[in-house]
Amino acid sequence: MFFCLLCFASNYGQNTISGKIVDENEKPLEKSHIHISSKSTVSNRNGVYSINDIPYGPTKFLISYVGYQSIDTIITVTQNQVINFKLRQKAERLNEIVIKHKDNYYNNTVSEQKIKEAAIEKYSSQSLANVLKEVSGVSILKSGSTIAKPVINGLHSSRVPIYNNNVKREDQQWGVEHAPNFDINSAGKITVLKGASGLQYGGDAIGGIVVIEPISIKKDTLFGKALTTLESNGRGGTISTSLHKGNFCDWSWNVQGSFKYYGDRQSPSYNLSNTGNREANFSGDIKYIGKKYDFSVFYSLYNATIGILSASHIGNVNDLYNSINNSIPYIVNDFDYSIKNPKQKVMHHLAKLNYNFNLNDNEVLGLQYSFQFNNRKEFDLRTGIQDSKPALDLNLITHTFNADYKLVNGDWDYKLGVSSSFQNNTASPNTGVRPLIPTYDKVDAAVYGIVDYHFSSDFSVEVGARYDFSSIQATKFYLKSRWDERNYSPDYNDFIIGDFGNQWLTKPQFLFHNLSASLGMQYSFGSDYDLYFNISRAVRNPNPSEFFSDGLHHSSGMIELGDLRIVSEKSNKISTSLQKKWNNFAVNIGPFLNYIEDYIFLKPVGFETTIRGAFPVWEFNQTNAVLTGVDFNSQWKITKYFQHKLMISFVNGADITNNESLIDMPPLNINNRIQFNKKEWSNLKLELQSEIVFRQNQFPNNNFISNIVVDGNLVPVEIDISSPPQAYNLLHFSSDVNFKTSKNSFTTVGLSVFNIFNTKYRDYLNRQRFYADDLGRNIQIQVKINF
Amino acid sequence: MKTFKLTNKLFLSLFAVALISCSDDDTPAPVNEEEVITTVRTTLVGGGQTITLLSRDLDGDGPNSPVVTVSGNLTAGTTYTGSVEFFNETVNPADNITTEVEEEGVDHQIFYQAPASIGTFTYTDTDANGKPIGLDFTLVTASAATGNLTVTLRHLPNKSASGVSTGNIANAGGATDAQVTYPLVVN
Repeated sequence: MFFCLLCFASNYGQNTISGKIVDENEKPLEKSHIHISSKSTVSNRNGVYSINDIPYGPTKFLISYVGYQSIDTIITVTQNQVINFKLRQKAERLNEIVIKHKDNYYNNTVSEQKIKEAAIEKYSSQSLANVLKEVSGVSILKSGSTIAKPVINGLHSSRVPIYNNNVKREDQQWGVEHAPNFDINSAGKITVLKGASGLQYGGDAIGGIVVIEPISIKKDTLFGKALTTLESNGRGGTISTSLHKGNFCDWSWNVQGSFKYYGDRQSPSYNLSNTGNREANFSGDIKYIGKKYDFSVFYSLYNATIGILSASHIGNVNDLYNSINNSIPYIVNDFDYSIKNPKQKVMHHLAKLNYNFNLNDNEVLGLQYSFQFNNRKEFDLRTGIQDSKPALDLNLITHTFNADYKLVNGDWDYKLGVSSSFQNNTASPNTGVRPLIPTYDKVDAAVYGIVDYHFSSDFSVEVGARYDFSSIQATKFYLKSRWDERNYSPDYNDFIIGDFGNQWLTKPQFLFHNLSASLGMQYSFGSDYDLYFNISRAVRNPNPSEFFSDGLHHSSGMIELGDLRIVSEKSNKISTSLQKKWNNFAVNIGPFLNYIEDYIFLKPVGFETTIRGAFPVWEFNQTNAVLTGVDFNSQWKITKYFQHKLMISFVNGADITNNESLIDMPPLNINNRIQFNKKEWSNLKLELQSEIVFRQNQFPNNNFISNIVVDGNLVPVEIDISSPPQAYNLLHFSSDVNFKTSKNSFTTVGLSVFNIFNTKYRDYLNRQRFYADDLGRNIQIQVKINF
Repeated sequence: MKTFKLTNKLFLSLFAVALISCSDDDTPAPVNEEEVITTVRTTLVGGGQTITLLSRDLDGDGPNSPVVTVSGNLTAGTTYTGSVEFFNETVNPADNITTEVEEEGVDHQIFYQAPASIGTFTYTDTDANGKPIGLDFTLVTASAATGNLTVTLRHLPNKSASGVSTGNIANAGGATDAQVTYPLVVN
């Protein structure tokens, strides 16, 4: 961030600050906002402002004007002063601006953690979740080597909605094996809000919210970047290119595309057969910025084919037992680029129109319509059926309308909005397999209001509330035997609309009215202490799988059953964060407590025997849960060139009704980095990172006994699905240098090694830990050209 | 005021979309479950007897357990010619999946496990690579005994692994498509 403080003159009498606000061409900026200490005003037609009664001493100045870089600084007031400011047009990419101004915050009263472009580029070849791991308190839930989902303070999937470019991604996010359908290369900045405090987005973020903003340029030139990443593990690469043009006759546009091509990944000691992936993605927007309004059109496409580890397709409990006990995959073929079944093919289209109207300098009205189309096809190993026929084929269409209004009035900020969406999911009946989730229609409507009051520049309070209405109607066939086993008769007999032999055709319908709220404060005190405190309540409705799941899950070898009796879960979260900065050291410590009423989870309830053998049955159940934990960060500038960063996150999940631990809670992890950076040597950066993941010792015992055939006789054995894997410590290295390659272009070359010692490990949060070791060493070379 | 109008329009257009989209009330058809195996029938012919072993689970992956029936007792010291068939009886007429197993013989193998006192199983068929499939076999019963026979159909087994071609399932790997257990009595 750069700003110009033009003139700093002093004379005259007492305690009045005045001056003139101009742009780079010395043109006066009428109606600029000037906040000094707790007072504010706007400049007149000549750009002139004046504020009386400003106290002595260091005083906070904030000068802002739409479309221009704000100036946020502290000036020691000793007498009446004339202070002129020159504002620059927002020439940089938005994502590089980190200013302490409320407009850039989603919630004033929570400590948000942001990931900027440089970090995102480093992960160009990977997934969204891998990038989010840069934030303390975020872990990843994996299904194999390429499918990864973010876990925030122990919670994931439907509990962690992802907003890309102000649109909630609707991509069958309930599924643990469904990674966010999003290309990381189209992100400019990512913010993680831990908890449900971003009420303008939604009221159901029990775990947290991930907010992604695209790369957006307002510079008056055309420029772009090309990023190539080559990797040894998977023997493939990623190419990402983008072009940006800003402020051409008030128009700006951005286009970006990327390709990924990888073959089988390798664990330290064997090939992970059928774990290649492909991606082809595109995004682009065009925007008109007028004096009073701006208008933009955005489109993005995500298209991926993801191979699933061959050995993770199992048929019954015996196969699972063999996998766990043999501890090597039952299929290990030579390295191959081709992707066979089982695999996933997913495609996500997002188109949106956005219109922002500046009613005046203090009021903005934003209108937005978005359309999303998501197609998910999952292919399985099947007998007697052509490989090209999916076993699951879901089409999800979502239309969303938003209207958001913002008003800044002195020390008060208001945000009000309404939103509404219509969703249709179609489960194709042509798969020859009963679909995991049914066809359904869903209608949502919401209204919210958020008020901020700034008592002073050091203390502000934010209060928000949101009401959500939701209606879902599904069309589902139930086996009559399942309907009886679930005891749905007579309570749900009204849902039955047809009799098809051994199946009922039903139309279950549910309505929800939810109220969510958030209250928080931000307080700065002493020398560089910042305290954030937030208490929020969020309500999440059961997702389609929690209601309707009904059948065998091939990758986990279990029968998963939803329940129509499931009610919404309610989270009450208190999160605090204390930050302190010294000259060369900064810490941030954030404890939290999340009490979730009617927490929905899968619970083992017994066995069912089918013609494939016996299967453990897990059903969606509800309990009261408490998640407590703490996220810790520190940064220490050891010398001019060396820096140390430490990140620790800990979470404990307890089922307080049954006095048990919650399943799948991330174990304690400690992340240490030593960084070296010398600008004089082509901005050389070196980093050594140690990632220590402890063994999870708090877990529920869901082991079960099953009969397997030994020497022709059926023998009962214990199937250990509960014991978490051992702790591990991985070492990673990364480095890069910058060169100026021509007048207007520079090149960055990077070399990284992931898992330097090729350490064998399995991770508790990897759903395929029963079948294979996790990823081995990966050497990555990255070249970035900015032009 | 402008705000109000715009929001109004927005809501109207929403409900228009919702109405259009909700107006499909045509009755859907149930999924035709193609690959489900509901029935495994093992037939043993020898010593003037035909013994049929049947395991049938008409609700597929549903909660009901398979119904197992055995038509009679075996005779000790007899050679039986055995065969196994797989059916999908959720569709009418029933689908015979045995043909598909045979066509994809290289990707399938059937294993027979019973206590050694019951007798010895030997494969009598081969796939395109000369490895057994296991749809046809012989059983030579030993002396009088009782025990369970487990018949397992594996998809994508490693047929080259040690012992697999002689019917040892231990190293076979692969995914189980069907696994049924019949109680046997040899007199």
